[in-house]
Amino acid sequence: MLISGWGQYPDAEAEILNPVSGDALQRNLQDEDAKSFIARGLGRSYGDSSLSSTVISTKYLNRFHSFDDETGILSCDAGVSLDDILDVFVPKGWFPTVTPGTRFVTVGGAIASDVHGKNHHNVGTFCDHVLSFRILIASGEIFNCSPSENRDLFLATCGGMGLTGVILDASIRLQKIESSFIEETTYKAANLKECLELFTEYRSATYSVAWIDCLKQGKELGRSLLMLGNHSEKGGYVDLKKATSSIPFNMPGFCLNKYSVGAFNSLYYGRVRAQIQERHVHYGPYFYPLDGIGNWTRLYGAKGFVQYQFVIPKDAGLEGMTCVLEKISQSGAGSFLSVLKVFGKGNDNLLSFPFEGYTLALDFKVSPRTFELLDQLDVIVHDYGGRIYLTKDARMSDRVFQKGYPEWEAFQSVRERYGAVGIFASLQSKRLGLDVEH
Amino acid sequence: MKKILIIGATSAIAEATARIFALRGDNLFLLARDQERLSVIANDLKVRGANDVHTWAYNASGQHDNETFFANAIEQLGGIDILFVAHGILPDQKSCEASVEHTLNAFEINATSVFAILTYFANIFEAQNHGSIAVISSVAGDRGRQSNYVYGAAKGAVSIFLQGLRHRLAKSGVQVLTIKPGFVDTPMTASFSKGALWAKPEQIARLIVRALDRKKSVVYTPWFWGGIMLIIRLVPDWIFHKTRL
Ligand SMILES: Cc1cc2nc3c(=O)[nH]c(=O)nc-3n(C[C@H](O)[C@H](O)[C@H](O)COP(=O)(O)OP(=O)(O)OC[C@H]3O[C@@H](n4cnc5c(N)ncnc54)[C@H](O)[C@@H]3O)c2cc1C
Ligand SMILES: NC(=O)c1ccc[n+]([C@@H]2O[C@H](COP(=O)([O-])OP(=O)(O)OC[C@H]3O[C@@H](n4cnc5c(N)ncnc54)[C@H](OP(=O)(O)O)[C@@H]3O)[C@@H](O)[C@H]2O)c1
Repeated sequence: MLISGWGQYPDAEAEILNPVSGDALQRNLQDEDAKSFIARGLGRSYGDSSLSSTVISTKYLNRFHSFDDETGILSCDAGVSLDDILDVFVPKGWFPTVTPGTRFVTVGGAIASDVHGKNHHNVGTFCDHVLSFRILIASGEIFNCSPSENRDLFLATCGGMGLTGVILDASIRLQKIESSFIEETTYKAANLKECLELFTEYRSATYSVAWIDCLKQGKELGRSLLMLGNHSEKGGYVDLKKATSSIPFNMPGFCLNKYSVGAFNSLYYGRVRAQIQERHVHYGPYFYPLDGIGNWTRLYGAKGFVQYQFVIPKDAGLEGMTCVLEKISQSGAGSFLSVLKVFGKGNDNLLSFPFEGYTLALDFKVSPRTFELLDQLDVIVHDYGGRIYLTKDARMSDRVFQKGYPEWEAFQSVRERYGAVGIFASLQSKRLGLDVEH
Repeated sequence: MKKILIIGATSAIAEATARIFALRGDNLFLLARDQERLSVIANDLKVRGANDVHTWAYNASGQHDNETFFANAIEQLGGIDILFVAHGILPDQKSCEASVEHTLNAFEINATSVFAILTYFANIFEAQNHGSIAVISSVAGDRGRQSNYVYGAAKGAVSIFLQGLRHRLAKSGVQVLTIKPGFVDTPMTASFSKGALWAKPEQIARLIVRALDRKKSVVYTPWFWGGIMLIIRLVPDWIFHKTRL
């Protein structure tokens, strides 16, 4: 079967195994010991992280084990989705402590990418709220891992892109909420400097994120909307019917040229009339605006798109971001959505993406020009001491990876210790030189 | 809070349906072959909000005289509002063509066992004058096709049995629901390549619960299979025989 990540680039012919239990998965590994495998959840990583000739889908490993309504600790299979967690636990007054911008990710995928949300500056990453997990390694053995038990395997697996084994289940901590709603406040920033200042000024907000108009230049470079959010006490627990409108076919790629993105940007920008807007908004549209549009990726045409997300250290902030934004606006290659966030302190996980600084995520239609531009951005990001997010990546070189992730050798030695090299491998790990091409 | 007995509760479609019942806080009794998987499912349903979940082992081939077994289950459950029958196998048509044993075994699991179950439960529901019986049949039972008529014959038999039972129980106010799914992406169909007509078990589950709530008699899931099967039934033999359906 032909599969791809969320960006529809690249794709790969894969045999998909759908084990119905941990035991069945153990048998799968033993049956086909000559091959290499990679785990796959809901395929929301953008590039080739979950692609391989043999893929282990966790779609039937999707059960809750237990929930403690005193502590908010949930134990569940790795294939359980945030979507399912939200449906079951929001009505009981609980919410994921960390959530990415889509509800269609699995717990296993969230651990393997050590995902972050709009509250990273306050609570860190998803794995910072993982108490423990069980992982099936290459020998067929199952290991319990936590920050204190088998710590080496824990640190390598959190953010380790499935390259250490298959996470079977996990215990994670949910946070208490008083309603399904968010109090959202939006600020307009005339340029990047203003935007970064606003982030600092409002750092006490639970959630913060800025949407940047990447086509602006000069004094308006970095024109943006900063959106802050706090959980509301008002409104009760309401299930918003999930939106189902979807984009019915692949739009021709020329819809995404400079002019159409410009038009999209003004439209979005125009939505906020006053300088400051306040909304009482359901968590659905607040956290997952794109989930409501169904398969929006088709807006990018049949060739697919790549997402480029990088982080640069705090002190490089304004200068580094300016440099990147100038490069993009000069190129005229439109990014449909450009999201800026502030990260708090990083953690000890070997390949975890976030560290203290600024992160920007951009989308580009797949084309030779895009790849040229991204190679140039790699140089800037590296010069400022930054790195690129693996779960969004489809094209970085092994050298760029090694510079961005100085712990990669420690990661690789944990993989060797647990027999993972060559057994748990993806197209990405081969591209990055962590596994060899056969 | 409804009292619901599910047979074949480890089926992907049945489990997805049970999750909706659990969110509603219903009382569930699960029967299936694999006790270990049943207890994993039972835990999940409790976390989701099921009021109570019991599980027992049940095998659809072999013993069909299960009166005391079912009576005890109903007693444990404290009565019964909904019986949901979901077990089944998709036999390999070619190996059935080569083997009487395979053919009869598939018929036993897909049809005979269902008749045995319904014979017992029909009397219970008739006597109590309320409740719902829901059984998963299949669009495959609407017309015999060369590619899967052994499976289709059993599902067709189940559909006719349910049609008659519905006639009989109409005056008792008991709902008898025939569920006819099209292609569903479950472990049963793992080896098929999946195209646009395929549905997810969660989607089928929502349609089953809606049909139960609305006291429907027959439901194609998703609905468009009603249209497809109408056409397939109407195509004359001389054309049909030229197809490889
Ligand atoms: C619209 C959108 C918004 C997003 N927003 C954010 C965001 O705000 N912040 C953020 O951090 N990310 C974000 N992401 C990225 C997404 O959160 C990650 O890619 C996540 O890992 C996807 O989870 P998945 O279950 O789909 O995993 P997949 O895409 O299937 O797999 C991702 C990686 O996890 C590994 N993996 C999956 N399951 C297991 C397992 N059981 N055991 C071991 N390894 C496993 C795979 O091998 C692969 O390397 C966004 C993605 C989309 C599409
Ligand atoms: N999937 C489709 O496309 C489709 C289409 C139309 C109709 N259906 C029908 O939908 C129902 C559910 O199937 P599904 O798609 O959810 O597939 P599934 O997940 O494979 O479920 C089939 C279930 O039947 C059980 N079963 C098989 N033999 C049994 C036996 N001898 N005794 C007791 N239980 C037995 C299986 O239990 P074990 O795990 O123990 O084997 C399994 O739980 C079936 O009746 C099927 O015919 C399916």
